[in-house]
Amino acid sequence: MSFLTYLINGLSLGSIYAIIALGYTMVYGIAKMLNFAHGDFIMVGCYIIFSVSAALSGNSVVGIIVAIILCTVLGVTTEFVAYRPLRGAASPLAVLITAIGVSYLLENIALLIYGADIKSFTSVVTWEGVSFAGGELKIQGVTIITILVSVVILIALQLFINKTKQGQAMLAASEDKGAAALMGINVNRTIALTFAIGSALAAVAGALLCSAYPSLSPYTGAMPGIKAFVAAVLGGIGSIPGAMIGGLVLGIVEILSKTYISSQLSDAIVFGILVVVLLVKPTGILGKQIQEKV
Amino acid sequence: MKKFNKVFSAVLASAMAASLLAGCGGAAAGGSNTFKIGAIGPLTGAAAAYGNAVVNGAQIAVDEINEAGGINGVQIEYKSEDDELNAEKSVNAYNTLKDWGMQILVGSTTSACSIAVSENTKNDNMFQLTPSGSAEDCVKYDNVFRVCFSDPNQGIASAQYISDHNLATKVGIIYDNSDVYSSGIYQKFVEESAGKNFEIVSAEAYTQDNNTDFSVQLQKAKDAGADLVFLPIYYSDAALILTQANTMGYAPTFFGVDGMDGILTVENFDPSLAEGVMLLTPFAADATDDLTVNFVKKYNEKYGETPNQFAADAYDAVYIIKAAIEKSGVTPDKTTEEICEALKGAMTQIEATGLTSQKMTWDASGEPNKEPKAVVIKNGTYVSAE
Repeated sequence: MSFLTYLINGLSLGSIYAIIALGYTMVYGIAKMLNFAHGDFIMVGCYIIFSVSAALSGNSVVGIIVAIILCTVLGVTTEFVAYRPLRGAASPLAVLITAIGVSYLLENIALLIYGADIKSFTSVVTWEGVSFAGGELKIQGVTIITILVSVVILIALQLFINKTKQGQAMLAASEDKGAAALMGINVNRTIALTFAIGSALAAVAGALLCSAYPSLSPYTGAMPGIKAFVAAVLGGIGSIPGAMIGGLVLGIVEILSKTYISSQLSDAIVFGILVVVLLVKPTGILGKQIQEKV
Repeated sequence: MKKFNKVFSAVLASAMAASLLAGCGGAAAGGSNTFKIGAIGPLTGAAAAYGNAVVNGAQIAVDEINEAGGINGVQIEYKSEDDELNAEKSVNAYNTLKDWGMQILVGSTTSACSIAVSENTKNDNMFQLTPSGSAEDCVKYDNVFRVCFSDPNQGIASAQYISDHNLATKVGIIYDNSDVYSSGIYQKFVEESAGKNFEIVSAEAYTQDNNTDFSVQLQKAKDAGADLVFLPIYYSDAALILTQANTMGYAPTFFGVDGMDGILTVENFDPSLAEGVMLLTPFAADATDDLTVNFVKKYNEKYGETPNQFAADAYDAVYIIKAAIEKSGVTPDKTTEEICEALKGAMTQIEATGLTSQKMTWDASGEPNKEPKAVVIKNGTYVSAE
């Protein structure tokens, strides 16, 4: 029975990684850049929900909506101000370093406004969850909601990309920006849209992350962001179902290795698995081999 | 320009030489008809609450002693300086106090500042008693003693307290092994637990890179049947642990150390989650013994707030110095070095009483030996556990 409890805890952690990884992989798949500030968009989303809920005496639904809108605006603005001017830069490193800069900027702004003290976050999920076997096995409401939300997002993204014109434009831009532009696709707008969706996902991920682990600080998003990046690479960066699988695998491996091997070594094991997977299958679990035509 | 530099350096050099001479003059002078005690702490900035508590607590003790006729009939002069929680500024504050004629130092308030100042007190051979510098290195020199427990010794004190008060038979531990404070306490706790009336059934670590999910650590403690979980960690992580334990329906006694102090100040934290949490602390303002009641009343009247453990440590520090002076019979006309030698010897012989303990003794290492005390959180406030 306790194995099942651990497994469910792993699923819960994994589905949060999955939602964050979806945002990472969207942006990478289409804009071909790693947005290292993604984790900090999550933190910004959490603070917005926290502040709005406090101002409206605990109304978290409005908080989530405001957070999604503001995070979308933040994502699009960041893309426009910090990333777009560098898109043509000789080295892809320029935009990567800029993303790290944006990450520090957001963390320090949060430090200025809210201070380093942690805040206790009130869960946006009020449902207690369900118990089985006379309370022996308990699944929290936030766990179930997180898993459901991640599945819904996965399906919605797949439909969006494969069935809509905008989605097809994204696919085209991801394969060849120049050719896509020649076909009449507005590449800049398409990439901005990608950032908008990725940042909105960050706000949702933030709401669920802080509901499951209710402690909020300017560094809340940093480590989950890195883990989710690992999840995205593990699943095959750029692949949307891959991010989901990568997130779940990472969460379950982390919890089970903490349980059965060592609570101190769990991170080492998680990253070790990443190394092994990349050695055996360099593109990740679901990654596509992109043929470079000469 | 070159010429100017030469002139300038000549002026500088002579100024430095002059200050050296002045320094010599100051140190050699010594002798006075009062005991001059100085205190250092952060009176402004992030840790101002600690520094002000130390300075105010010591002030109350000084006033009391002077009113009652002084130490062996000699009055105390007292002066405090701000170090802004900065080690360099703490040394500056020390030099300012030395120029004033300080013979005995109560301070610094915080560990890093205390360590920096101890390099100077060692050189000057000035007696230093830190009320609250808890890092191990604070008392590495033989002229430095402390009132509070050292960080790792809180582990020993916790184990003793849990055992003496029969708080548990099975103990789980969750600690941060990326932090020297937490892992130091953990190691001492485990060492001290051997042969005690409880058993450690689970000891799980986490790191600062992995401090969001505590479900595994808590589940393991629960599965092992721990009825008390020892948390030698800071309150920010503890707040998360308490919340997660609550959602999984696990309600053991949680026992923390001084890092737990502050859990009730976490914004938006539901204080009912901390109900029944115990923490090792030398001082509970609601204790009903005469000494505490009297001290809290005076402090409230004078400074308009309830004193914390730092104020109590500093109050005790002044009385400890009084006891040591009385024991050694040293007089204020002696030099700072002579006073230091006399007090160093007396410290290992005295048996002091105070707010933080009924009975405190010291050995030459500078570490106090005293009965640990704890408080428990009831209805959102700290209440003495005894």
